[in-house]
Amino acid sequence: MTLAPNAQLPDRDHSPDPAPGTPPRCARTTPPWWFMAPALLLFAFVVLIPSGRGLYYAFTDWDGLDPDFSFIGLDNFAEMTRDTDAVQAIWHTLLIAVSITVVQNAVGLLLALGVNSAIKSRNLLRVLLFAPAVVTPIVTAYLWRNLLGPDGAVNSLFGAVGLDGWRQDWLGSPDLALWTIVGVIVWQYAGYSMVIFLAGLQSVPQEVHEAASLDGAGPVRRFWSVTRPLLAPAFTVNLMLSIIGGLKLFDQVYALTGGGPGHATDTISTLIYKDAFTLGEFGYSIALAVVLTIIVAVASTGQYALLARSERAAS
Amino acid sequence: MSRYRPRTLALELSMIAVALLVGFPVYVLVNLAVRPASDNSSPISPTSSPTLDNFSQAWQQGALGGALANSLLVTASSVVIVLAVSSLAAYPLARITARWSRGTYLLVLLGLVLPFQLASLPLYQTMRDLGLLGTPWALVLFYSGLQVPFTVFLYVGFLRAMPRDFEDAALIDGCTPLQGYRYVVLPMLKPITVTALVLNTVAVWNDFFTPLLYLSGSAQQTMPVAIAGFVGQYVTDWNLIFAALVISILPVLLIYFLLQRSIINGFAGGLRG
Repeated sequence: MTLAPNAQLPDRDHSPDPAPGTPPRCARTTPPWWFMAPALLLFAFVVLIPSGRGLYYAFTDWDGLDPDFSFIGLDNFAEMTRDTDAVQAIWHTLLIAVSITVVQNAVGLLLALGVNSAIKSRNLLRVLLFAPAVVTPIVTAYLWRNLLGPDGAVNSLFGAVGLDGWRQDWLGSPDLALWTIVGVIVWQYAGYSMVIFLAGLQSVPQEVHEAASLDGAGPVRRFWSVTRPLLAPAFTVNLMLSIIGGLKLFDQVYALTGGGPGHATDTISTLIYKDAFTLGEFGYSIALAVVLTIIVAVASTGQYALLARSERAAS
Repeated sequence: MSRYRPRTLALELSMIAVALLVGFPVYVLVNLAVRPASDNSSPISPTSSPTLDNFSQAWQQGALGGALANSLLVTASSVVIVLAVSSLAAYPLARITARWSRGTYLLVLLGLVLPFQLASLPLYQTMRDLGLLGTPWALVLFYSGLQVPFTVFLYVGFLRAMPRDFEDAALIDGCTPLQGYRYVVLPMLKPITVTALVLNTVAVWNDFFTPLLYLSGSAQQTMPVAIAGFVGQYVTDWNLIFAALVISILPVLLIYFLLQRSIINGFAGGLRG
């Protein structure tokens, strides 16, 4: 560790002696509170104050422009229960978040176990499989929109290998579109889950495996009894990331289907955008954002508590 | 690692098959981006007479140069600001044990749960009143605040696990607190700074929703919004669109493959942070 520009530090000999009466080993010195000020001001201006105002607007009929708006109590939320688009969007959001969490982590874990083996291409594979996670989601979504079209590359590929029965209108069919979106997300982020699981796997010492193996444990037993408990922190991080990311999903839906066909793939986030910027219903739109906030808060704190408990149980 | 057995070979081959499947969209992307509009063959058959015309056309018609410059400006400024203010704030947050300090930290962590959709509409109005809408500075300001909770969280976790002896020595030696931070604490924060740098850069560079809101209708666009506009304009001219997609992906992938070790470790580093 370098304390590099030593020249900038005052020389010890020239520093004043501690005042008489203070112990020679100085009491712990603490940095001043005002170091927090710039970050707190930015955080308050961008996140805290607007969120607080948003919470208030959710109970009004504000249209985003008119300074004359009135307090309408819970009307926006009551309206939401009658608005089938909103109810559908909330359901889609939950469905997408849960499916992404399950599938992405299952695939990510399998990839991590594969890459953490004795195979020769493991370093190259790790780099290649993670690559989609750094590419702009809106860009990969437009790419997939073309690939998944009726005459797109995915259907051509199925045709070329004799699976003509598998050709589908992946994004145009109301029954399929939602699952297609989940598939695109998994394609992009399974490598991300893999990298986090891999970091967890590499913290399992090889000797532990060898000991278990000598004791007669097969690969499945070794995974379940040795690896899995030590992967608990990686599970916590991965599950939190995918559930929160899934609940807030916007970019991919916007680019792949725009919420369609009809409203078959609308999520809370795409509905917030449409209601605010095409319909001018800011108050209602922010009420939707409040619902999203509550779902995210409940899901993440609930999941965190659950995982922290199993992490403790595993250790 | 264990020995290379026939089973390992089978695993190796199936992993490579998975990688090819993951890479399949990239093959089609490049294949169609170099294809002249007159070529109507199947998207998966290799283009017979590749051309680079689509790239120059996309670059000019999509004003992608300007978008690239804007994205660079916004990402670099926001990330520098957020790393500076967050590491500075994390120092007292990690070291002062008084109740108000813990309370402040919890308030900042609340920002991890609040979805930005809640803040973005009221903030839209504030930005409009300040005359910042349509300028990249609205975005710099936004990200500088939005990324504070996560970045502070990374720094505080790291600082709490770090011994205080060095900074105490520096302060006793007559450093001002700011000097102690600059010359003692900051250099020791380097590993977590790399993680925070990588995660913030990727998050800011790739964000679409915020610039869609704050820059809509303006000539100043970031790369993701410019691409969305381009797709909207050239709806069916997919060869041209694919060339634009390649142009936007290329710098990202280039940096990724050059710095893959630090980047992957940065993403995995959130685990230890």
